[in-house]
Amino acid sequence: MSNEPENARALAPVSARIVLSSDDIDRVITRIAHEIIEANKGTADLVLLGIPSRGFPLAQRLAQRIAATDPTLDPSAIIGQLDVTMYRDDLRHSTTRTPVPTRLPATGIDGKVVVLVDDVLYSGRTIRAALDAIADLGRPRIVRLAVLVDRGHRELPIRADHVGKNLPTATTEKVRVHLSEVDGENNNEVIIEATA
Amino acid sequence: MSTSTTAYLIRGAKPLGEEPSDILIQDGLIVALGADAIAHASAATATLIEAAGQIALPGMVDLHTHLREPGREDAETVETGTRAAAMGGFTAVHAMANSNPVADTAGVVEQVWSLGKRSGWVDVRPVGAVTVGLAGKQLSEIGAMADSRAGVRVFSDDGICVHDPLIMRRALEYVKAFDGVVAQHAQEPRLTEGAQMNEGEVSAVLGLAGWPAVAEESIIARDVLLAEHVGSRLHICHVSTAGSVEIIRWAKSRGVNVTAEVTPHHLLLTDELVKSYDPVFKVNPPLRAESDVLALRAGLADGTIDIIGTDHAPHPSEAKECEWAAAAMGMTGLETALSVVQHAMIETGLISWADFARITSTTPAAIGRVSDQGRALAVGEPANITLVDADARWIVDPFAMATKGRNSPFKGLELPGKVRTVFFHGHPTVLDGALNTPRITEGA
Amino acid sequence: MKHLLSTLDLSREDAIRILDIAEEMAAVGTREVKKLPALRGRTVVNLFFEDSTRTRISFEAAAKRLSADVINFSAKGSSVSKGESLKDTAQTLQAIGADAVVIRHGASGAPARLAATDWIDAPVVNAGDGTHEHPTQALLDAYTLRTHWAATHGNSALGSDLAGMRVAIVGDILHSRVARSNLWLLRTLGAEVIMVAPPTLLPHGSHAWPCTISYDLDATLAGGVDAVMMLRVQGERMHDSFFPNTREYSRLWGFDDARLAALDAQPGSETIIMHPGPMNRGLEISSAAADSPRSTVLAQVANGVAVRMAVLYLLLSGDQQRPAGL
Ligand SMILES: [Zn+2]
Repeated sequence: MSNEPENARALAPVSARIVLSSDDIDRVITRIAHEIIEANKGTADLVLLGIPSRGFPLAQRLAQRIAATDPTLDPSAIIGQLDVTMYRDDLRHSTTRTPVPTRLPATGIDGKVVVLVDDVLYSGRTIRAALDAIADLGRPRIVRLAVLVDRGHRELPIRADHVGKNLPTATTEKVRVHLSEVDGENNNEVIIEATA
Repeated sequence: MSTSTTAYLIRGAKPLGEEPSDILIQDGLIVALGADAIAHASAATATLIEAAGQIALPGMVDLHTHLREPGREDAETVETGTRAAAMGGFTAVHAMANSNPVADTAGVVEQVWSLGKRSGWVDVRPVGAVTVGLAGKQLSEIGAMADSRAGVRVFSDDGICVHDPLIMRRALEYVKAFDGVVAQHAQEPRLTEGAQMNEGEVSAVLGLAGWPAVAEESIIARDVLLAEHVGSRLHICHVSTAGSVEIIRWAKSRGVNVTAEVTPHHLLLTDELVKSYDPVFKVNPPLRAESDVLALRAGLADGTIDIIGTDHAPHPSEAKECEWAAAAMGMTGLETALSVVQHAMIETGLISWADFARITSTTPAAIGRVSDQGRALAVGEPANITLVDADARWIVDPFAMATKGRNSPFKGLELPGKVRTVFFHGHPTVLDGALNTPRITEGA
Repeated sequence: MKHLLSTLDLSREDAIRILDIAEEMAAVGTREVKKLPALRGRTVVNLFFEDSTRTRISFEAAAKRLSADVINFSAKGSSVSKGESLKDTAQTLQAIGADAVVIRHGASGAPARLAATDWIDAPVVNAGDGTHEHPTQALLDAYTLRTHWAATHGNSALGSDLAGMRVAIVGDILHSRVARSNLWLLRTLGAEVIMVAPPTLLPHGSHAWPCTISYDLDATLAGGVDAVMMLRVQGERMHDSFFPNTREYSRLWGFDDARLAALDAQPGSETIIMHPGPMNRGLEISSAAADSPRSTVLAQVANGVAVRMAVLYLLLSGDQQRPAGL
């Protein structure tokens, strides 16, 4: 819900191309999972917080990959969902957003290594909101950011630690991420749509 | 000098909506009709009023107008109120007594009467208060008011009910000496304490204190029995409920000398409008239910209800620009009465234009004992004539009205019927749908 | 949603959305940092023409938890008590830059007037108007009922309505804005409503309401209800002959110890006892009932803050130029 300006939705796509296939997404997630373990020197204190709506299934997939390397780890015990609606800076200017639940792992986030997970990194405003939300929920030791796609055009000094694919785009283009957990069975791909 | 020496020849108008007939007016009187009019010696020099297709009616007479002067000149004056009356097709209005000071002495009624004379737009007939200060305790100087230059015949505490049964009995008896009539504002005070709107399904939802129909009906029932007992004339102001119509119908069947009026707004509007909480719909008696509206129309059509009374009640804007409970009660009505009655009664096929003349002119003049009003459109009669373009339609704009009051509940509504010309004792007070000049009489 | 004036014009979808958002808002109340930045820089005016400390502080807490600035404007001792009109007050608030007005007024329809006129542009929340409505009270009651209903069925409250619930509303229905708002909202959410009152305290037109009307509290309770909502009764009403005296009222229509015992004797009864407060202990509700495990009085207060947060959030976020619904 964060990867495009609201007003772009009204415009009809004139062309669309797939930039990540279902297999590509799988490979990218496996790679990021390994990067996270690498950076953390293991799985200790890891918490993956997905930003709704597509950051959460990505966090789930990452947790499964990470757990695959460590049989003692319960993937559901290290993931959570972080709703940033109330922290957005555009509440007055878009249609009213409905908040969704924030769910933290039972261990909380104090002293943890929190990896924020989102699908597309664009202006950086969603991540800014997420950092504020985290600050109200506890005090992690480290906060890192993992995204499936970084499409550029940052408006804030924010960068990702783990990037699935860097995707140079024009602001007139839209990046659509489809994940089967949200978008239905066998619907796993990243598409760029050019708009007139 | 009188301006009525001029002659006017009305061409092609249809008296009471019937066959077209020319009307020649001279020196304040109707001097010829039909073929005689054009053949008359004065016809050649007469001012021509082209009125083909228009309906000629006897000038309308309102038995229930609040002119507010003296005391509330911010709401209305005799001058502005009578301009509004002329624009609405009236040639006479009865000015209600609830001014400040109250019209309970010969002095006040003569003041109102002479203000009316000076204005010259319509005949102003003051109504005298039944009790001193409308307090319901002591009869006012009914005889002095009757014998004054104002010649008061209608007595009313309107705005307040003469609720004490003994005072009401005495008033009914006493006015007999002066051929007077008591016009009762029927509202049982205990049953309407704090009342804000009609008591029914809408008030239950809106949480506004209810004004039960029985508060009106119980007073009417009592008063028709009192009028029968003492053999006097009783007039019921602004009947608003189906039950009231029933009681009056019963009383008339017994031969009680009772007459009744209904306002234009009670013939058209219902309490559903209160859902907006817009105080422009706040009025006393309150707007009632659809079934009441239909019963009032039926009662007016079958003669149970005798007349239309506007209950024109202008208020300054601040009296309505507030929350419902704090707002004043009342609506303007003079400039919309004809259109609303045409819409509710004539266009529905309930009455004819001849009936319209009876309920807006002949009968109200008879109740008020106004001898030179409400007359037939006949040779030798005073030329009080209203010409109406019944086919015209217009959108009500309170800011375009002559009254000071902007509190019209019909605002924005499209209504039929436009008053084109009004002759008041032979003088055109309204010409081409606009105010012309007042009638100047010697000694005024 | 531009204003919240009544529950009569609230759709099922809108009502459930408010309750769902309130669930998220309630979660904030359990955190260490009980504050969200959503309404930072916005000004909420509490315009109270009637004293009601409870409602005012509930709205104040709600606005502050969303980081709004709050101005409390009490009519007492202000220019309003010196005869200033509602119009002038509203225009003053407009000039001050109020982004939302929460109004409590003794006259039914006063919030609707503020919303309908051009005196002020800000969204208007009805915090109780005369004997008309009190929509946020009904929303918090619905929230409380939904929580109870979901718990007894082992479901999640999110997204659900009140279908299948039977709720008795007992007491001075005639003068109760809480009863009216609850009737419309509970019906919209699919609950069945039974109004129980002496005939003098039922509005004349209430026969047309979508509820059952009963004069018999014991029969209603024996018939099985999931919740009984006791309304505040003013003892002074006996001076207007609405009932003979408080003793008789309490015996016939109060939730007393005997009725509590009867309820406890019903096998498996999970009936909750609700009250919008402030309570007249010993009149419409006994202390034992008010303090029993069935009582949701304090939960209602807590839920009030969450529901009012949801309402303020919905009214003050989103592009208000858009005509879209909620
Ligand atoms: Zn009256």
